[in-house]
Amino acid sequence: MRHILAVLVENQPGVLTRVAGLFSRRGYNIESLAVGQTHDPEISRMTIVVDGDDRVIEQVVKQLEKLVDVIDVRDISEAEHVDRELVLIKVKAEPKVRGEIMQIVDIFRARIVDIGHNSLIIECTGDEGKIRAIEKSLKPFGILELVRTGKIAMVRGPKYEEE
Amino acid sequence: MKMTGAEVVIKALEQEGVEVIFGYPGGAVIPIYDKLYDSSIKHVLVRHEQAAAHAADGYARATGKTGVVIATSGPGATNLVTGIANACMDSIPMVIFTGQVALPAIGRDSFQEADITGITLPIVKHSFLVRDVNKLASTIKAAFQLAGTGRRGPVLIDLPKDIQTAEVEFDYPEQVSFRGYRLPAEPSEAQIYQAVKTIGLSRRPVIYAGGGVIASGAAEELKEFAEKTQIPVTTTLMGKGAIPEDHPLSLGMVGMHGTYYANYAVSHSDLLIAVGARFDDRVTGRLDTFATQAKVIHIDIDAAELGKNVRPHHILNGDAKQVLQELLSRVEIPQTKEWLDQIAVWKKEHPLTYCQDGDKIKPQYVIEKLRELAGEKAIVTTEVGQNQMWAAQYYKVSKPRTFISSGGLGTMGFGLPAAVGAQIGRPDALVISISGDGSFQMNLQELATIVQQQLPIKIIILNNGYLGMVRQWQELFHNKRYSQTKLIPVPDFVKLADAYGIAGYRVKRPEEVGPVLEQALNHPGAVIVDMVIDPEENVYPMVPAGGTLTKMIGV
Repeated sequence: MRHILAVLVENQPGVLTRVAGLFSRRGYNIESLAVGQTHDPEISRMTIVVDGDDRVIEQVVKQLEKLVDVIDVRDISEAEHVDRELVLIKVKAEPKVRGEIMQIVDIFRARIVDIGHNSLIIECTGDEGKIRAIEKSLKPFGILELVRTGKIAMVRGPKYEEE
Repeated sequence: MKMTGAEVVIKALEQEGVEVIFGYPGGAVIPIYDKLYDSSIKHVLVRHEQAAAHAADGYARATGKTGVVIATSGPGATNLVTGIANACMDSIPMVIFTGQVALPAIGRDSFQEADITGITLPIVKHSFLVRDVNKLASTIKAAFQLAGTGRRGPVLIDLPKDIQTAEVEFDYPEQVSFRGYRLPAEPSEAQIYQAVKTIGLSRRPVIYAGGGVIASGAAEELKEFAEKTQIPVTTTLMGKGAIPEDHPLSLGMVGMHGTYYANYAVSHSDLLIAVGARFDDRVTGRLDTFATQAKVIHIDIDAAELGKNVRPHHILNGDAKQVLQELLSRVEIPQTKEWLDQIAVWKKEHPLTYCQDGDKIKPQYVIEKLRELAGEKAIVTTEVGQNQMWAAQYYKVSKPRTFISSGGLGTMGFGLPAAVGAQIGRPDALVISISGDGSFQMNLQELATIVQQQLPIKIIILNNGYLGMVRQWQELFHNKRYSQTKLIPVPDFVKLADAYGIAGYRVKRPEEVGPVLEQALNHPGAVIVDMVIDPEENVYPMVPAGGTLTKMIGV
């Protein structure tokens, strides 16, 4: 089963290597990892999506907690949460199909952020299902490039550390 | 008053009460060595950096204090890697200082540059690259704190050369705190209560004690607990010394080369109380056939060990000494008489055996004789392989921190430098290095260190001219195809001893074993005894790798 881990770490050089190294060394599979500074500039937050049964996840969490630079680890998969991913898709767009593409963009509440000679860059934010759906819808036009941020997630309601 | 980074290092070590550093100088640590020149801290000059790490490790194991190592950048640092990994696997407290090229030179493939914090990432408890001299003192404090608390382990500090020469006001903090480092809280009342109930209801309980008992200084508590509850105790290799091995409740070692009765007791137990042990594959063999009838109480300071290999029924996350004290204060006594009777039968029917007849020296006989002559206070280090397992089986340990062996990593070449560290830490103790001819040759350059430091270490080489344990596997599992395990010609170790100015003896006949060992142990200085043993003697009993504990070869 896939789990979403919210990991607070010291915002210091080498922390990402320590976390990533732990996953490869112990044979855990990272599906995605997104990291960025929090409102406290000394703390970064990682959202790690990892696949494994409960025992594997328990080990992942405990091993992460052992890292001195890791401040807190929460498995938020079971909690009510919001998760989002951002994707940029460069799609082939000759003038005659642009209208059709723009309709798709509208339906997904995505945005066109660049227009090239025969291509468009589309920005879309959403949960995994939505990202998959827009990708599927645009595929017939010809996807030239695609980049995803990886999932970020947050528990609904009060600040999760205080729960 | 301002001082240089190098002075800060020495000053900080003095404040930490460090008595000795094991190291080897080089270009990137010259400023530190310059300050060391004026310091009262003893420095032990090794002949290879790997040995500095093993010596600091042996020092830590013998004394319980944190070992300190210094090496230069590049090859100096990379030579430490095996020693750091060894300490990490066995949870030994160590602080390692490595020199690094100056900050502006980092990342340019400069002369003697190596990314040692990167290289050692998976084998340290934590590491630091000091980029700001203002943070140097607090970093050193942090390193000692991390290395010596919780589940202990090695901490590395990489020190660029310009940090060593930069000036700063010395301010050594009393303590450093980390948001991400917490020691385990003690187990709850309820957890203790439930464990106590389970113990009281058990009929075939076994205590399985590991290195955590030694690390936390819990040997007294363990013995008291075992005696009070009348529960027999088996130990891992790392746990040797957790209970006197001549104690009626002691079962000796469990696992691949464990005793018949320890393996049988564990396999037939209805309750396994693991204390500071991690269910390593050399202990459990095949996990799905391991102690299948047993409930498990797992006591460990590291939460990540609880449930890693075996699912415990009761988790007691905490320091072994504290948890055992808690359990002792409210323990319920199980009825184990029948169980102990059964174990006594196993002990009687299947003791450890060998047969010293004919004119070939049996290694087991050497070890037994050695134990008899050395007494219970001696400190023994081993190498890795057959010599280690014979020592583990036949050298009956009475006290914690007197049996020093590379457990997790299984490092050949560990024993000799570890003996150096042990002798430095315990100058009055009789220190014996039990070795094989293969392992001895992996770090024999340390004979020079032994001579320079005038250490009266007794080196006993069980010389069979083979890489013995691998040869044993080849004999048993690979049709005696002895691929690359013949170490012949073995050098003349007596002449080698002479070259270093050390006393040397060669023993070829069984009847000489006792007299020569006695002479060697009574010799005031260092000694090498070359014991020419039966070349094809094997270590038994043996559970083949991945096998079931009760299916032993050689019983």
